[in-house]
Amino acid sequence: MKTLRYIIQKEFIQVFRNKRMLPIIFVLPLVQLLILVNAATFDMKNIRMAVVDLDMSGSSRGIISKYEGSPFYKIVYTTYSVKEAQEQMQRGNTDMIMVIPADFEKDLVTRNRAGVQFIINAINGASAGLMNAYSTQILMSYNRSVMAEWLTPSQLAGIQVIQSENSFWYNPKLNYKTYMVPGILVLLVTIVGFLLSGMNIVREKEIGTIEQINVTPIRKSQFIAGKLIPFWIIALFELAFGLTLGKLIFDIPIVGSLWLIFLSGGIYLFVILGFGLLVSTMTNTQQQAMLVSFFFMVVFILMSGLFTSVESMPVWAQEVNRINPLAYFIRIMRMVMLKGSTLHDISSPLIALGIYAVVIISLAVRRYRKVA
Amino acid sequence: MKRFWGFVVKEFFHIFRDYRTLLILFGMPAVQLMLFGFVLTNEIKDARIAVLDLSKDETTRKLTEKITSSGYFLLDRNLSSFNQIEPAFREGNIKMVIVFGKDFEKKLKKENAAKVQLIGDASDPNTANILVNYASGILNSSLLTMNAGQIPLQILPETRMLYNPELKGVYMFVPGLMAMLMILISALMTSISITKEKETGTMELLLASPLRPAQIIIGKVFPYVFLAFIDACVILLLANLVFGVPLAGSVFLLLLETLLYIIMALSLGILVSTVTNSQQIAMMVSLMALMLPTILLSGFIFPIANMPQIMQWLCAVMPPKYYIIIIKGIMLQGNGLAFLWRETLVLVGFTTIFILLSIKNFKTRLA
Repeated sequence: MKTLRYIIQKEFIQVFRNKRMLPIIFVLPLVQLLILVNAATFDMKNIRMAVVDLDMSGSSRGIISKYEGSPFYKIVYTTYSVKEAQEQMQRGNTDMIMVIPADFEKDLVTRNRAGVQFIINAINGASAGLMNAYSTQILMSYNRSVMAEWLTPSQLAGIQVIQSENSFWYNPKLNYKTYMVPGILVLLVTIVGFLLSGMNIVREKEIGTIEQINVTPIRKSQFIAGKLIPFWIIALFELAFGLTLGKLIFDIPIVGSLWLIFLSGGIYLFVILGFGLLVSTMTNTQQQAMLVSFFFMVVFILMSGLFTSVESMPVWAQEVNRINPLAYFIRIMRMVMLKGSTLHDISSPLIALGIYAVVIISLAVRRYRKVA
Repeated sequence: MKRFWGFVVKEFFHIFRDYRTLLILFGMPAVQLMLFGFVLTNEIKDARIAVLDLSKDETTRKLTEKITSSGYFLLDRNLSSFNQIEPAFREGNIKMVIVFGKDFEKKLKKENAAKVQLIGDASDPNTANILVNYASGILNSSLLTMNAGQIPLQILPETRMLYNPELKGVYMFVPGLMAMLMILISALMTSISITKEKETGTMELLLASPLRPAQIIIGKVFPYVFLAFIDACVILLLANLVFGVPLAGSVFLLLLETLLYIIMALSLGILVSTVTNSQQIAMMVSLMALMLPTILLSGFIFPIANMPQIMQWLCAVMPPKYYIIIIKGIMLQGNGLAFLWRETLVLVGFTTIFILLSIKNFKTRLA
């Protein structure tokens, strides 16, 4: 026990003496939280739309003014040629094009139906989906007002409609920050924890100080524990600090119990730090360790459901996600923080993380050899 | 000149002897592209929903069937009371609950209108928004076909998704991955390899040799230009052959721009290595200051136009932003230099600034 305490003390001294490393560990991630949360948004504010009005009727102008009135749209270009509008899109000046065909109004009156075409730049699939949804909504609401205006009451009475009443729980204003803060917080804690631990042992190898430790009576498990615990405390502290910032600055709701957040955070960090130490024992230079860490981190991050939802991934990818600790923890954080899920609700991902932690740490202990 | 080539050969030996690093350098882009090409998508597919049907009549059954057979939704369970909604959401699998009001069919026949409530789990606001919109669209259009009635004065939207009709994630991912890996290989690897010489003390030897400082630096980065360029080609080939990402524009221009971006990243790497002495710090700075901004502030995933004004200014000083615009333009939209000269100039500008700063910071004496 005493040995362990000395190793921990050594690690802490090392971290706090390194005046250049300190701001990187503590300040940089939090600055990033503040900046990146503002950047990570799909909130559509300025959809730049080009309008091709080939009809030039009262109705087509009515439609256009609907879009002009919407806070989401900015009409940046008006033309009579679809080709010209497409060229604007190619130049990157517009996100979508609305084409109102000639004879729109005539078709609407005589044939009872008329079409409007939306051409959307779909390179970013997520925004394209949203743009489509918004545009359709506005068009439908215009359609309803036209019906109410032009049809006689008896005609109107013949139409059956389903009035859908939409409500959004847990985040009624669809504030994207609420969704991103827990995710990005997890991300930053992960990167700091993973890199600190991943670089640690291999650095001692490269500098040669590992030899000095190898000849002492410190046992393998003590060594790993001594490396693990300081970073665990630092990362947990960072999680707490980040949560406070999220609450104070972004006013993120924390519906569930804080106790539960830190319980799962603690278990999760054991997994991540264990993973880092494992990488560290398996590589010989910091350059290697960094590349390996980077590889796993990018895969973990992009598959975790932080940016694209896990449900729309193919089944095999969801199976792969079973070994992705980040996916479990982001899920837990979002559930507990935003929906107030209880221990019972998150039991299965939590147990998975627990098993993971035990496996990965024992692997790290086994892989660490006391011979160079 | 002969001395210089000797030095370059030494650097190549360094890299090729470390087979693990080499494996990752070449394996990583291939594996990541494969993984994300198949995984990252924004299509809504099989979202789990629950139905609370308080009416349980023919119409609601049919509507439920219509919704579940659309391919977007998967019926996870039927609920029997309002109290069950909250726990169902809290468990975390269900994304939307559809509530059919009492006497749905009767009201529809008698009053021509019936109420349905769509409750989205907006802890994921985007998905919730899209799901709710899809569902209400399906409900109304299926009512139409069920009645086979002719509704007067209908305006029908027709949507065309340009450049990426299936909303594949890989279209977004290829430019992003290129930007990210080029930064990683070029900026990170060079800054680490230079600081490593400092840390292990061999930099002193190099500086004392007859090689000029410029030769040392160029010799150091040369192999990485080569590696990064090969990686870029591997990514482009895979993207094109396996995922059918189009190469609409000129390949030559694309490679040229990539080379420019690589040189930009290398000069950034050199700059990082001139201001720090330890590998750990070089790496942390490169990762923290380069990786996340490359993912988040470059327009790779989140469109820059949606960000607050301050963020947009911040994005404007992120070199990957310009590179991503360039390769998206060339690959997907088939643009030429006529559309992209501005971005190209910006990259040239960045490169010049980084090189000038590095020269100013470079010290021929350590400690």
